[in-house]
Amino acid sequence: MTAATSQTGGMARLRRIAALIRKEGWQVVRDPSSIAIGVVMPMLLLVLFGYGLSFDVKNVPVAIVMEDVSAEARGAASSFELSDYFNAVQVKTMAEAERMMLDKRVNAIVRIPPDFARRMEQGTAEIQVLVHGTDANTARISLGYAQGAVATWMAREAAMGRIIASPPVSIESRLWFNDANNSSYFLVPGLIVLVMTLIGALLTALVVAREWERGTFEALFVTPVRPVEILLGKTVPYFILGMIGLALSILGAKLLFGVPIRGSLGLLVAVSMLYLIVALGIGLLISSLTKSQFVASQITIIATFLPAMMLSGFMFDIRSMPVAIQVITHVFPARYFVSVLQTLFLAGDIWPVILPNAAVLAVMASVLIALAIRATRKTIG
Amino acid sequence: MTPAAPVSPVTARTLHKTFRRATGETVKALDDVSFEAREGTLTALVGPDGAGKTTLLRLIAGLMKPDEGMLDVLGITVADDPQAVQDRIGYMPQKFGLYEDLSVQENLDLYADLHGVGADQRKQIYPRLFEMTQLGRFRERLAGKLSGGMKQKLGLACTLVRAPELLLLDEPTVGVDPLSRRELWAIVLKLVHEDGLTVIVSTSYLDEAELCDHAVVMHAGKVLAQGTPSEITAKAEGRTFIIETPKGMPARSLQARLFQQDGVIDAVPEAGQVRVVLAAASEADALPLGDGTLQHHRAPARFEDGFMVLFAAVAERTRTSTMTLDQPSSQGSGAMAVEVQDLVRTFGDFTAVDHVSFQVRSGEIYGLLGPNGAGKSTTFRMLCGLLPASHGTLRVAGADLRTSRAEARRRLGYVAQKFSLYGQLSVDENLDFFASAYGLRGRRKADRIAWAKQQFELDAFSRLPSGQLPGGFKQRLAMGTALLHEPDILFLDEATSGADPIARREFWGRITALSEQGVTVIVTTHFMEEAEYCDRIIILDAGRSLAEGTPAEIRAHAAAQDGRQPTMEDAFIAIVETSRDGRAQQRPAG
Repeated sequence: MTAATSQTGGMARLRRIAALIRKEGWQVVRDPSSIAIGVVMPMLLLVLFGYGLSFDVKNVPVAIVMEDVSAEARGAASSFELSDYFNAVQVKTMAEAERMMLDKRVNAIVRIPPDFARRMEQGTAEIQVLVHGTDANTARISLGYAQGAVATWMAREAAMGRIIASPPVSIESRLWFNDANNSSYFLVPGLIVLVMTLIGALLTALVVAREWERGTFEALFVTPVRPVEILLGKTVPYFILGMIGLALSILGAKLLFGVPIRGSLGLLVAVSMLYLIVALGIGLLISSLTKSQFVASQITIIATFLPAMMLSGFMFDIRSMPVAIQVITHVFPARYFVSVLQTLFLAGDIWPVILPNAAVLAVMASVLIALAIRATRKTIG
Repeated sequence: MTPAAPVSPVTARTLHKTFRRATGETVKALDDVSFEAREGTLTALVGPDGAGKTTLLRLIAGLMKPDEGMLDVLGITVADDPQAVQDRIGYMPQKFGLYEDLSVQENLDLYADLHGVGADQRKQIYPRLFEMTQLGRFRERLAGKLSGGMKQKLGLACTLVRAPELLLLDEPTVGVDPLSRRELWAIVLKLVHEDGLTVIVSTSYLDEAELCDHAVVMHAGKVLAQGTPSEITAKAEGRTFIIETPKGMPARSLQARLFQQDGVIDAVPEAGQVRVVLAAASEADALPLGDGTLQHHRAPARFEDGFMVLFAAVAERTRTSTMTLDQPSSQGSGAMAVEVQDLVRTFGDFTAVDHVSFQVRSGEIYGLLGPNGAGKSTTFRMLCGLLPASHGTLRVAGADLRTSRAEARRRLGYVAQKFSLYGQLSVDENLDFFASAYGLRGRRKADRIAWAKQQFELDAFSRLPSGQLPGGFKQRLAMGTALLHEPDILFLDEATSGADPIARREFWGRITALSEQGVTVIVTTHFMEEAEYCDRIIILDAGRSLAEGTPAEIRAHAAAQDGRQPTMEDAFIAIVETSRDGRAQQRPAG
């Protein structure tokens, strides 16, 4: 049968794949929901996370207890008053400050003791800093800022020659890789993991489930098309869409937030492709488990999007999680991708970090794609 | 059969297929099915929903494997090499997978690419397909924006982009208006008779089976009988009679009475009279039909009669298709139950309902008929107060829907097109919930629920989740729920679609009983013959009212063809075609 043999030829195969990709492309362009997830959502996340969500602590209300009225004490107090990070009010007594703290009118108390000026000459001056500890994260950061403020003041004093002796307290405080201490520097690169997860896993799972729901697969199956061709027809368009999402995210990071890219761009793109394949594999696998768009989106959000947000180290430091959760994070591919992303954006081509993480992603990609191919059958029910 | 007969395109021997539902029960979709489709013939799989037709077609298409039995398609054992079969056949599933975001041309191109049809072949086949389906004008239109009938024609065209060696069509005319149905069948018959294509088509329209060469009658996974349509029809030979309706009695009342009689297999109203099929052949003067005062004469049997004979032998039949209300409806007869005056509904620049007026007297059964997109459902939603009208007046049970919607709603019951009860709640829980929603409480609520369960024979299923009810019982529960608050007017939207012939007749029996006790019933239906149950009907097309009157008046629009009485469907097609021609002629002039 000549018709039958011609269907197995390489040319026929390529033409079928091209037809499926073209069809998918039309659908993406004409279906507002694909555009929403593929383009609008990344942009929205970028703006939301870049401008709206910030872990920076600014304008901490602080009470300064002036028990010493010397010029030195006033100088030290001014270092808090001039700082962007604090909103300082001066009070006379410790009792007054404590009351303000209890009422939550201030989050910190800076106490300059009565013998401050005298002990400064001896090099044993002390400033007491009390921080409201209910929000541990803000408290720790506030404490750091307080130390920073004092250190700045002392450096200035020393420069002006008022302190001849070595500084009474030496504080070395520096935020590595984020000199500007700007949280958008690590949030924006982390966003790429969300964008890739949305396009790769969520969108793919949805469009496959949609074909089941609308009954389009049933007609498609009874043609010469092979299962692998259907799989390619689904992956290639969303891979391209994912790369567009990546480009938009990188551009946004660079232009809107001035995030530096210290590693090489080529490497960044290569690892992102790897993660995109992982995400596509997950999306295809999920869609082989369910034929309903609703269930597919629920599973995808719980299994990929939420872990990518909470357990990848993108928002919360994995090292400060309980050990059990730390172990669990190893299951989610997003974790490896976030490590690579933050390294490439903020540190550079640090091979000891990139290589092992990329290797894990490569293994995951090949396993998932193999499973997806196995799970794709032209059968119903 | 001659010994040299070639291998049949499809040979099935003792096929079995069992599914396990999520609830754990097993369903025998196919139970010992054997049949053969000969080269160049049209085979019809006939039966109600759930008969196993779709499963059988999917097995032939290689989308499923049989549990047991042998299935050869084009000389290939399907289960061993489904791809080899799929390379050579055409298959149109029930809801054909057209890509709605793609245009007509793009859908065709996609299937041409998938089937490896070259550019020069396309130049030959496309004009033919467009001529056959009349879709040439709509090439650029998105498939999602086509009417139901055009979608089915495009689906058919997609399976024909290269000549298949076997064509499988799964219920191609479901949801298609009578006009498009006729056109679709003309295409299929041409393919069989002129091109010699082998076609297997499944259908639940019994009149369509009459057009085929070989009919396989299926029910609950089993083959009840197979043969030429005349062989099936012959089962009812000598048992069919037309009974004349006494003056002043609606045909449906006589039909409901006859249907209850022992010895009667089937009774349907037809052209103002009642056609009956008896359980045994009988002499005309010895009909087992009550007092013997009824005038009757013998009628030639048709396919549906033969089908009902086969079906009656296996299907469970509860004869209590009647019902009694606690208290007959309070409306004075002769009063207007529904008054629609100059009704208009627009969606953007699209007019769904275009200046429609009609009136329904209380106690009447009134039918809204029309092709898909005619505006039936939109009119219905406005009548039930679910959708505001753009223009015109609507009075239901004496209340103006613009000003006192809640008042009107209390007096009406509504059964939606799709099963709209809570599938996970049991029968009791659904009734309890809806009774509360209608504001029933205490003693009265308990009484009304007991009434509904007794009247619709739902006691045996009290605890069963309603999603698992057998098809006919879902319909009963929906109707029982809609009657809990004793409405004066009952709205039924396509209530019988998907029900088997017996369930449909029982259903109409109940409607007749309701109407006799003063309840006004308004229905939409796409089964044209069901219009015979109505007192009056209105025919809608493209939002406009084309004709209104009693079934006899409507039928008079069509001329008698080759000696037989025009059917309601003939009349419908005649009316719609006349109207469309009229408009087509107006257009170039204006």
